[in-house]
Amino acid sequence: MKTQRWFTPWLLLGPAVVWLLVFNLWPAINTVVLAFTNAKPLGGGSFTGLANFERMLNDDQLVYALVNSIVYMLVCLPLLLFLPLLLAVLLEKKLPGITFFRTAFYTPVIASAVVVALIWTWLLEDRGLVNGLAQQLGFLTEPLPFLSGRWLLLFSAISLTVWKGLGYYMIIYLSALGNVSRQLHEAAAVDGAGPIRRFWSVTVPGVRTTMLLVSVLVTVSALRVFTELFVLTNGTGGPGGRTMSLVMLIQMYSRGFTGHLGYASALSLLLFVITVGPMLLLLRLNRKAA
Amino acid sequence: MTQLTTPPADAPAKKPASSPRRQRRGSGFGTMRRREKVLRYVLLLLALVVTVGPFVWQLSTSLKGAGENIYTSTPQFIPSSPTFENYLRVAETIPVLSYAKNSLIVAAMAVAGNAVGCTLAGFALAKLRFRGRTLFLALVLGTLVLPVEVTIVSQYVTVRSLGLADTLVGVALPTAVAMLNVLLMRAAFMAIPDEMDEAAVIDGASAWQRLIHIGLPNVRGMLSVITIFAFIGAWDDFLWPLIVLTDPQNYTLTVGLQYLSGAFTANPRVIAAGTMIAFIPIVIVFATLQRFFFRGVEEGAIKG
Repeated sequence: MKTQRWFTPWLLLGPAVVWLLVFNLWPAINTVVLAFTNAKPLGGGSFTGLANFERMLNDDQLVYALVNSIVYMLVCLPLLLFLPLLLAVLLEKKLPGITFFRTAFYTPVIASAVVVALIWTWLLEDRGLVNGLAQQLGFLTEPLPFLSGRWLLLFSAISLTVWKGLGYYMIIYLSALGNVSRQLHEAAAVDGAGPIRRFWSVTVPGVRTTMLLVSVLVTVSALRVFTELFVLTNGTGGPGGRTMSLVMLIQMYSRGFTGHLGYASALSLLLFVITVGPMLLLLRLNRKAA
Repeated sequence: MTQLTTPPADAPAKKPASSPRRQRRGSGFGTMRRREKVLRYVLLLLALVVTVGPFVWQLSTSLKGAGENIYTSTPQFIPSSPTFENYLRVAETIPVLSYAKNSLIVAAMAVAGNAVGCTLAGFALAKLRFRGRTLFLALVLGTLVLPVEVTIVSQYVTVRSLGLADTLVGVALPTAVAMLNVLLMRAAFMAIPDEMDEAAVIDGASAWQRLIHIGLPNVRGMLSVITIFAFIGAWDDFLWPLIVLTDPQNYTLTVGLQYLSGAFTANPRVIAAGTMIAFIPIVIVFATLQRFFFRGVEEGAIKG
């Protein structure tokens, strides 16, 4: 059998090799290098040893950002673990019009986070729809400052992330539900188990592996949150810059005359340390699924 | 395959034993009880209000004229006299058409780069034997552990040193050949049975001919998936263009929108119109190509 010339594979692979080296491996190495310098967004920079890491230890804003990330994760996890599963169970049965509902539920996923955050800003402002309706229905006597309190801002951003993520995880669950045994459901039904009981004792155990995948995905995306907080706080990070995320800090130090790429890179390394565990787990789970 | 027999909420114990058997041949909803069906539709509609309602509210706000009170305590979803004046105001405040053009240019580069670069690489990795292949694959897999945000600072340094800071090419370049898409295309090519290929090799076909005549026709599904994802990813992206672009003339739509809301916080109607300009094109792309979408997600094209 005739084999190809030795360079043919490398011709085909050429662009991918260039991109692997220039836009994937080199930036990874350079992040480590930059973290030990005082490089600026407009150029320059020299070796400064551990200065950036020492600075991290005394950075109050970083503490706020990390606390915010933990809260973000803890609130997002249960909500995004179960709400999308409920949606998937609703969509599972092939009723007329079900494709329309599936597409509609997915729409928030394909919208840009900027678009959604601006919609949220309008919904949640003092005279917006949410405050208006809540007052109309008697839940509130005066508007809640969703967009100015430190914690309210954080929870508004979380609600946005959850809402935007519903459709994404719903689709993942939907394909997993196909593998849950129908016989088990029928047997449980014959034994007199109601729908809620069967959700907990048949559906949930049946999608166990997928739930693990979803929780890792949610964890990683909670640690990477940026756009929601940036747009809802109009780039300020909320009152006193306390409603920031780690990525927001990285972005803040990457721009303009006051920027500090060295410190931003040190923060990036911190982000790597936090996310590498879940990312490795994700890679394993995906390979197992494939 | 998608059968979940849920009896009505209030009468689970009375389920007739014969009903599951009748459902076996697919026609699930034929035997579903009326009450369950009604309950399901009620819940579906409720979920629809939650997921789509905010978009409708924004669209409605964008169509309300300056004379209409948008703060009324009873929300008015239908504008009393719909108008496009807010859309014109957007265009007066920011160069929205050129922002849309910029977004489109970036998205087009992302689509072209991924379609060509990832297809060629995927084919070579799946169908050709050569030294260095395992090493290359291992490195590609290794990059997937890094969230983009981790390398975004040094990525900016790279783009700056290439002289591409504050350019659209600089925005598009880093993800123009995405490693995840290389792996997805490789998986698609690997699904083609080797027998099909061997016949062509015996007939003396070159690697190039095998790619064009046997490979491509069989990976169209995955190819459309990665291009759709590349388009939407580029169109929706915010953080990276925000870092690369400094001159307001060069902004993409998402960055321009944030700029608009900063400059124009006073008028929600105009911001609403701006968000619709960014949102409607992507909805059209999505609605047209959605069956590829869902197939792609089911095949595991999950972006972390």
